[in-house]
Amino acid sequence: MTMRQKFAIKVEGLAKSYGNLLAVDHISFHVEDHEIFGFLGPNGAGKTTTLRMLTGVLKPDEGKAEIMGHDISRESFYAKMAMGIVPEVANAYIDLSAWNNLMLIGELYGVPKQRRRGKASELLRMFELYERKDEKVKGFSKGMKQRLVLCMALINDPQILFLDEPTAGLDVQSARLIRNLIGELNEGGVAVFLTTHNIEEANQMCHRVAIINYGRIVVIDSPENLRQTFRSVQSVEVAFARPLGIETLRKIPGVDMVRKMGDKFRLYTDNQAKVIDNLVDYARAKNLQIITLSTLGPSLEDVFVKLTEDHEKL
Amino acid sequence: MKNYKVHNKLIHELKGIWVIAKKDIHIYYLKAPVLIFGIVFPCFLFLAFAFGREVDPASLIPGLIGMTLFFTASSVGPIIFPWETRGKTLERLVSCPVSIQSILLGDVLAGFLFGIGISLVPFLLGILGLGMNVDNYLILILAILLSALCFSSLGVLLSSPPTDNPSNVMMLSNLVRLPLIFISGIFIPIDQLPTGGQITSLFSPLSYTTDLLRHTLQGSHCYPIALDLLLLLVFTGVFLTFGIGLHKMSLAKRI
Repeated sequence: MTMRQKFAIKVEGLAKSYGNLLAVDHISFHVEDHEIFGFLGPNGAGKTTTLRMLTGVLKPDEGKAEIMGHDISRESFYAKMAMGIVPEVANAYIDLSAWNNLMLIGELYGVPKQRRRGKASELLRMFELYERKDEKVKGFSKGMKQRLVLCMALINDPQILFLDEPTAGLDVQSARLIRNLIGELNEGGVAVFLTTHNIEEANQMCHRVAIINYGRIVVIDSPENLRQTFRSVQSVEVAFARPLGIETLRKIPGVDMVRKMGDKFRLYTDNQAKVIDNLVDYARAKNLQIITLSTLGPSLEDVFVKLTEDHEKL
Repeated sequence: MKNYKVHNKLIHELKGIWVIAKKDIHIYYLKAPVLIFGIVFPCFLFLAFAFGREVDPASLIPGLIGMTLFFTASSVGPIIFPWETRGKTLERLVSCPVSIQSILLGDVLAGFLFGIGISLVPFLLGILGLGMNVDNYLILILAILLSALCFSSLGVLLSSPPTDNPSNVMMLSNLVRLPLIFISGIFIPIDQLPTGGQITSLFSPLSYTTDLLRHTLQGSHCYPIALDLLLLLVFTGVFLTFGIGLHKMSLAKRI
């Protein structure tokens, strides 16, 4: 580790435009060494453009980004040597075998032959692909391709791993395998930068998350802190023995918003105790039987929706 | 310490060029249709011009070698970038610690090796089948090496339009390459072309290849040898400079 290295990623005033569209608007943040950092945002928010600038695929128009202390624009070679990348679309060569894909990437990262072969065998076994290592990738399922791409990202023993929607569209087994492995890698000291649509995934895996919308970072904090901050989106979930109109529940004092969630209703409020009292009074008065009643803190999804909605209104 | 780092990086980039070339040969060149087309197409054109004309078939061999070099070294290069753009593998390569120059030079090296390999077929046909003699092996080798490099560089220049559709680039590629074979002394020596043809032939790198090959295989030539070699180098430099520059400019549109 060099003296100047303080963060796995350090971004200052990074900006990128496509014509008149400002895709990334002068964002700044840092990712600690050994941290799993989630980058959340709706489609077109600037997540992938940011990731492409951080990985040296796109050149920023303004600002700078350092990866493990190396400027990605001026010292891209050393910055790239420190990273592994799992893009949104599995981009292994479909006309090469899994083994040859790993050898190709290993050679491009300058991994010595013996080390490359040993590491490739280890990774293919870990991701349950070893038995099919000599088959062309064109015959692989989506989950297998994504696992192979993760193997390719790890062949050089990266210090930081960039993942762009790594579990999007995967079967449960592949998604769980990948999530578990990301956790294990992080425990082993690898920093992780993860873009995802999956709020629950970010909630479970990330030490901190940044929410980006319209190219600007709206907030950066730990998932738990974000939930605590947004107490106004806490809720009461209730189910009744017989069907009930949503409009009736909206009229209960203290309720800000009501959502129907299957056979239950979720009542959003900034005062859960008051809403529970009013709800019980209402049920007694109307002779309604309450089947379940529970309080919920704000989910990360609630925080995400509120932040991106608020930002749209600005 | 800084010099050591620069040296290490340079070695890594050189290895990267070789790795990219190996990948290209494995994925794009060593396919039966590419190999067959590389041999059959120039032979087909050669036969079309040889039959029915009172010419010594051996006199057409320099043109056949030149044409084979031209079509093979520049054949696959134009479609590699569109294919890689479509398959998203270009993003994978660009994110690796190799420069875009090395990626493109790897493509050039693959076309260079393929062109030389395939052009051995008409060369051996001329030597073994038609009893052709080589006057100067050094010039022959230089002609083949420089021409393969030049045509392979042309292939990389032709691949610079930022499209993910290989057929678009193939159309452009054929539009540029096909007319060149008729003005470059392949079938008719340059000094026998009409004045307009002779002037136009100056702008085709293939003219200098055929001139060199005619010199060493037939003993006749139109331009000084040194000028042929120099102009092939100049064309190579121009193709590479523009090719790399245009690719750098269009890279963001591809990804």
